[in-house]
Amino acid sequence: MRYLPKSPSDREAMLADIGAKSIDDLFATVPAEYRLTRDLNVPRQHGEQEVIEHFKAFAEKNALGYASFLGAGAYRHYRPVLIDTVVSRGEFLTSYTPYQPEIAQGTLQALFEFQTMICELTGMEISNASMYDGSTGAAEAVMMAVRVTGRNGAVVARTVHPEYREVLTTYAQHQSIPKTEVDYDPATGRVDLAKLDAAITDDTACVLIQSPNFFGTIEDVAAIAEIAHKKGALLIVSIAEAISLGIVKPPVEADIVAMEAQSFGVPVGYGGPYCGVIACKEKFLRQMPGRLAGETKDLDGKRGFVLTLSTREQHIRREKATSNICTNQSLVALMVTVFLTVYGKGLKDLAEQNLAKAHYAAQTIGGSGKVLFGGAPRFNEFVLQGSKTAEAANAALLEKKIVGGLPLERFYPELGPNTSLWCATELTTRAQIDAAAEVLK
Amino acid sequence: MGDKFVGTPKKASVHVNQNEDLIFEKSSPGKKAYRLSELDVPAVDAAALLGDAVRTDLGVMPELSEIEIVRHFTRLSTWNYAIDLGMFPLGSCTMKYNGRVNELVARLEGLAEAHPYQPESLSQGVLEIMQVLSDSLLDITGMDSITLQPAAGAHGEFTGILLVRAYHESKGNPRKKILIPDSAHGTNPATAAVVGYQVQNLKSNAEGMVDLAELEKLVDEDTAALMLTNPSTIGVFESEIHKIADILHAKGALLYMDGANMNALVGKVRPGDFGVDVMHLNLHKTFSTPHGGGGPGSGPVACKKILEPFLPTPVLATKNDGTLTLDYNRPQSVGRVRAWYGNFGMFIRALAYILANGPDGLRQTTEDAVLNANYLRAKLEDVFDLPFKTASMHEVVFSDKLQAKNGVKTGDMGKRLLDYGFHAYTVSFPLIVAGAMMIEPTESESREELDLLIDALRQIAREAEENPELVKTAPHTTRLRRLDETTAARKPILRWKAPAASTPLTPDTAAKEW
Ligand SMILES: Cc1ncc(COP(=O)(O)O)c(C=O)c1O
Repeated sequence: MRYLPKSPSDREAMLADIGAKSIDDLFATVPAEYRLTRDLNVPRQHGEQEVIEHFKAFAEKNALGYASFLGAGAYRHYRPVLIDTVVSRGEFLTSYTPYQPEIAQGTLQALFEFQTMICELTGMEISNASMYDGSTGAAEAVMMAVRVTGRNGAVVARTVHPEYREVLTTYAQHQSIPKTEVDYDPATGRVDLAKLDAAITDDTACVLIQSPNFFGTIEDVAAIAEIAHKKGALLIVSIAEAISLGIVKPPVEADIVAMEAQSFGVPVGYGGPYCGVIACKEKFLRQMPGRLAGETKDLDGKRGFVLTLSTREQHIRREKATSNICTNQSLVALMVTVFLTVYGKGLKDLAEQNLAKAHYAAQTIGGSGKVLFGGAPRFNEFVLQGSKTAEAANAALLEKKIVGGLPLERFYPELGPNTSLWCATELTTRAQIDAAAEVLK
Repeated sequence: MGDKFVGTPKKASVHVNQNEDLIFEKSSPGKKAYRLSELDVPAVDAAALLGDAVRTDLGVMPELSEIEIVRHFTRLSTWNYAIDLGMFPLGSCTMKYNGRVNELVARLEGLAEAHPYQPESLSQGVLEIMQVLSDSLLDITGMDSITLQPAAGAHGEFTGILLVRAYHESKGNPRKKILIPDSAHGTNPATAAVVGYQVQNLKSNAEGMVDLAELEKLVDEDTAALMLTNPSTIGVFESEIHKIADILHAKGALLYMDGANMNALVGKVRPGDFGVDVMHLNLHKTFSTPHGGGGPGSGPVACKKILEPFLPTPVLATKNDGTLTLDYNRPQSVGRVRAWYGNFGMFIRALAYILANGPDGLRQTTEDAVLNANYLRAKLEDVFDLPFKTASMHEVVFSDKLQAKNGVKTGDMGKRLLDYGFHAYTVSFPLIVAGAMMIEPTESESREELDLLIDALRQIAREAEENPELVKTAPHTTRLRRLDETTAARKPILRWKAPAASTPLTPDTAAKEW
């Protein structure tokens, strides 16, 4: 086997050194009745070239060469070449969690840079070094708010990504955190503020919203924060389309931001790995889940970085930890860091292109029906109510090698079968938009 | 570096190491590392479209050119130790070689650019990858059903214990407590708490194994499950595993297995055959997906038939026409544990690893992993204390007892290993061993590399006798010396700020939220 660096004579010599007659001696503690005496039923051993061919065959059975208008929490953006150049370096790719800071400064400094950029973009004071993804990050943020406030309930906007809400339900149920959902205003697609106000009680730990929300609409974060804070609840803002932060005001009124940073240079990759992250006000530091990289000095006074405040974490606190998370998404956070370094302040230009493409797409494709929720600003997504069902429209589009918007009835039955969620990014071309509009005309 | 060593380090010597500031300190206005494609639609006035919501300032976001960015991250990378540079003897972490073809196939366009909401008819390739991987993992574990959704080991534990809870609830009573051996990893008790269970500590016996009499005493109608790591965290197979399972099952409780140590079992022994009801795997350990400096991982959960109805949605299924589909209609499901289907990119890599190995390669891998650990044990047991004498499988746990007499602790010797060109072993875990030195070589190490580690550790043991200060103040050759972790925690600086504004968080405000 080509990954195994031993010759048969090495193995024999080592067994002799150990004083074992055969390798089976080393498995003697396994009761005989449990030893597997047959080959595993897995594919036979493949050569490297065969492995590649195998996966090329898988890849060809997927959408290849299609134009896509799908977003909905997984966004296609251009990935600068430098990202893979950097993360392919074995020193980053094949290192462990930086428990030995003296020989992990590369990872640690990059994480510190990541945390800084996330703070800067979100308007929060501190950030952790990543969570699994946006959905689990939002759920962990809610549990964090419960610990901070000593209150119990969560009020959640229905405009938060439906799959994030499902994950929250799974997490919240055994923490006895009652979850109330608040509807949106049908004119704007934003949280209905009056209903929100009514839903918050003295026991509400937090309000969870998403902005831009699942419909692509930008929420009135300041107004929502005022309502939440007036009743002593924290405001958690989830962000699924991180590129929006280049042109949309950061949710500085929030107490906690739980975001998905996938848009920052991470492939859509059939849903993962992505990069969740929690950022918040510094006063909530002790309740923050996950790893934190912090600055310090070595014995000679030189600046360096370490994982810090680990008394919050499972390996010290065990069942009293702020979360059970251990391995997070470090290499993906590095992808994000490289992406954000390449664009830097230019994130604004990139976000503006997204705005322009989506605006053009909404005008052009919107001509085939009605763009809903016109009463509020949008980023790079819009909801289209077509003249035929979204399924029928998408079937016609597929014939022209176009993947249309995401049909919404599955998540929002009240919107009916004709609505779908469309996304246009800097990768979407005018020709693709025009072609889609032509099919739908 | 003569005076920094008692002996000679065979593996390492010093070389020039470039300094590099934080990216923000290198930024200057007007530099750019990107150029957008020409806009092919009319430009928009962001302020007009967004109104009050428009952003105008991006604060300290950096401005640099491409060459500076490449150098920045390349210089940082040279400050890391990594598997590609040498052995990572971290016990419990299974730091094995990460095949490079895995990275290549994970980046194939049809896979890396598959959108999670694209139609199933255009996703058969990705679903087939999930299917073949699932089938392989089921045969490897001897279990009946599987979900690939969990994002890491701890997330797998969470999912597995949710299944346990749903199972007991379906019988009318979720039960109250989860039994956890004192040798367990911290994620086990943390997980039990997240799923709303009380943690009951199970004391290990004199061999560091499950104490059957104690288990018998503790298991009752309130016990939902035992979370067991097998081989245990001291690297020993629980030979009485069948009795453990019987004791639990007799009271209606389930056996959960933390699969962190599956690298000792693949192709040789199957948890499903020895009584395990539910377990997680770490694709980032046993199945070679890279650790990436702390993730991404992937923690599939495999279970017996009785738990299948409760698996997270969606579940992979085959339609009548033979095509694959995702089944969302699962009324007894515990719900979702993550958006979409899991860390799909890791599924590709794990399957590529299985393909490269085949059944023969996987078995040989396990045998080599066990051989390597036993070789280290045989070559080191005369210089380090071995608290438990039971036969080791894929890892060996020594203690610092002999060296501690001279004031040299496990952490010191771990740090000293850095000088010798190695990463440290796992320090101070498991908790049942005072001064634990937990060493897991994996199958990826040649005899020559193992001999270098043996040589280094033997020299360190000698230094601990002859010049303990040298070990206690290690490392001496790294670019930074020991870091002040106490100040890092007392006065946390968690982000960069422009010099004028750079002050630590005030301990007062932070302390209030303890
Ligand atoms: C025994 C054991 N259990 C659980 C875990 C947690 O796994 P993860 O870090 O993937 O969440 C680890 C690894 O760190 C481990 O060694």
